[in-house]
Amino acid sequence: MGIECFVGIDIGSTCAKTVVMDGEGRILNRLLRPTGWSSVETASSIQAQLETLGIEPDRSMVVSTGYGRAAVPFAAKNITEITCHARGACRIFGTEDLTVIDIGGQDTKLISVEHGQVTDFVMNDKCSAGTGRFLEVMANTLSVTPQQLSDMAREGGGVSISSMCTVFAESEVIGLIGRGEKRENIAFAVIDSIVKKVASQAGRLKMDQKVCLTGGLCEFDYLRQRLGQALHCDVCSAADGRYAGAAGAALCARDSFLKTL
Amino acid sequence: MADYRKMWEELGMDMENHDNLCQVLPTAVGDVFLSQENRPNAMDFWDLVISEVHGIRPAELIEAQKEGRKVFGTFCVYVPDEVVIAANGIVTGLCGGSQFWVPDGEKVLPKSTCPLVKASVGARLGRTCPFFRIADMYVGETTCDGKKKAYEILGEDVPMYIMDVPQMKREKDILKWKDEIAQFAKKVEEFTGVEITPENLAKSIHIINEKRKALARVYNCRKSKCLPISGRDALLMTQISFFDDPERCAQMCNRLADELEERIKNGVSVVSADTKRILVTGTPLAVPNWKLHNIIETSGGAVVCEEMCTGTRYFENLVDETKTTLDEQFMALSERYMKTNCACFTPNTGRIDDLLRLAKEYQVDGVIDCSLKFCCLYDTEKYSVSRALKEAGIPVLSLETDYEDADAGQLRTRIGAFIEMLS
Repeated sequence: MGIECFVGIDIGSTCAKTVVMDGEGRILNRLLRPTGWSSVETASSIQAQLETLGIEPDRSMVVSTGYGRAAVPFAAKNITEITCHARGACRIFGTEDLTVIDIGGQDTKLISVEHGQVTDFVMNDKCSAGTGRFLEVMANTLSVTPQQLSDMAREGGGVSISSMCTVFAESEVIGLIGRGEKRENIAFAVIDSIVKKVASQAGRLKMDQKVCLTGGLCEFDYLRQRLGQALHCDVCSAADGRYAGAAGAALCARDSFLKTL
Repeated sequence: MADYRKMWEELGMDMENHDNLCQVLPTAVGDVFLSQENRPNAMDFWDLVISEVHGIRPAELIEAQKEGRKVFGTFCVYVPDEVVIAANGIVTGLCGGSQFWVPDGEKVLPKSTCPLVKASVGARLGRTCPFFRIADMYVGETTCDGKKKAYEILGEDVPMYIMDVPQMKREKDILKWKDEIAQFAKKVEEFTGVEITPENLAKSIHIINEKRKALARVYNCRKSKCLPISGRDALLMTQISFFDDPERCAQMCNRLADELEERIKNGVSVVSADTKRILVTGTPLAVPNWKLHNIIETSGGAVVCEEMCTGTRYFENLVDETKTTLDEQFMALSERYMKTNCACFTPNTGRIDDLLRLAKEYQVDGVIDCSLKFCCLYDTEKYSVSRALKEAGIPVLSLETDYEDADAGQLRTRIGAFIEMLS
């Protein structure tokens, strides 16, 4: 029996994304679940979910990516999220030349892609400044969801957070709450901090191509607009932006299968 | 393993803590080195040395001390071994390459000091490295601010001599370094009680040149598309060469080179043909720092060259052996050492010239420029290094790391992505 579909599994620090593609590279299924505490358990529940969808292991080919990529025993290959995000973004945004900004749970990456190939990339270091985790911690402190925080920030202004460290920045936010600062203004300061951090990373790359935002934060319109202002360009997003890594992994699975023919 | 406990006790070492270090080393050696396939047979020498790294060579040094010879501990490839050896002294490298020593270093140094400096100070003050106990005199140098201040602290615990390395490479700087070498020679004579003569200096210059040639022979083999040795094994050879007797070192490196040349002739490679050839540049990798090489070589790459102090900077350029007076010999030494390119000089464009040349000679697919955390000099130089390489069409990845394993996952992602990018 031959291979009928290609599965990309992107196990991030916060969410695990799965994309199933057919032989033509069309997306058949998208699965999203929290990564939880164990990547290994997440991988096995994804496997079970795939089986209920009728995707049998011996008729599919799996590529895993993301920080938990090594925890997927049924993957034929592990490929880094840099390569997969670039590949997936090219497909989702319909161009071979672009700069991908992926704001993930624990890291932020900026990837230059020319003719569909990664030519350069930067990632944040150990620190969580400018990542989804930073936003999540601040949203918790303000008792809102990250999406609500981003929306609320639109109405705010005039306040800034100076600490890059998430822990210190949280103390700063608590200080602002104690001072009676408006929640909208604090939310503004949080978004502002993320935008500045990402923009400073962008300074290390050529930014003369179409800029696309992927990852969990790409659905936050206000964040995306502010990022565009900071980078002096339009920052695009797409409905499947969050699945860029998984889609890229599925495309890589298809590539490596086609190579074997 | 032979029992060295008595020796360590007599050296005044912290036995309990040192046992902790001895327990982790065999696992690390097993994971990084012994797990490799198809290694050159001649690596057996370095496998033995590293398996008893705190035993075999320290025992030899202690025997030599019993005969009245002095051991000089050094921290930099700018300190001329020739001068010490001419006076019947022995040189041993002292740079610390393990996180194990960092906490003891942090007791006296700021946390924002480079891990190599923290580990070196910690190894001495924590009494957990026999080489740091054995050395009769430490020879420091002014190559970075962290080291300069750390030497002041070490100097309270052990005899310390500092050589003032110039910060530029004008003619007067080369003359100044010659003068520093002459003054160091006086200090060495005083400390060993042996006069340095043109004859014994000529002999030691020859010995060290032969060692350089032997190391270069092994590196030459790494230029071959048929790669006969892994980067990890070559790095281990280079690291140990800082500790070993220079004549034995040359002999063992030549023995290894014989085997590698034979392998190339017979088409024996340690990697598959699609493995990406990586040149690593940046700050030194002191024993047992194998983190970077290990990640690269388990992510689809092979390290084919190190443009580092623990690499080409250690053996490139020979000292002119034709000089017959001490004055001329000191000048010949200065001229050779001042050819070594280090980020402590301004400008340091010679390093970029070296990188472009080495990238070609070693047929590399990409360069990884990695500096230790808090090394302002190499970190800053990444900008001009990366620009020059990109202009020459050579892909480059800039990294910063320390001795901890905490960032291994992130490094693996960056290095893995870089190697995928080269495919």
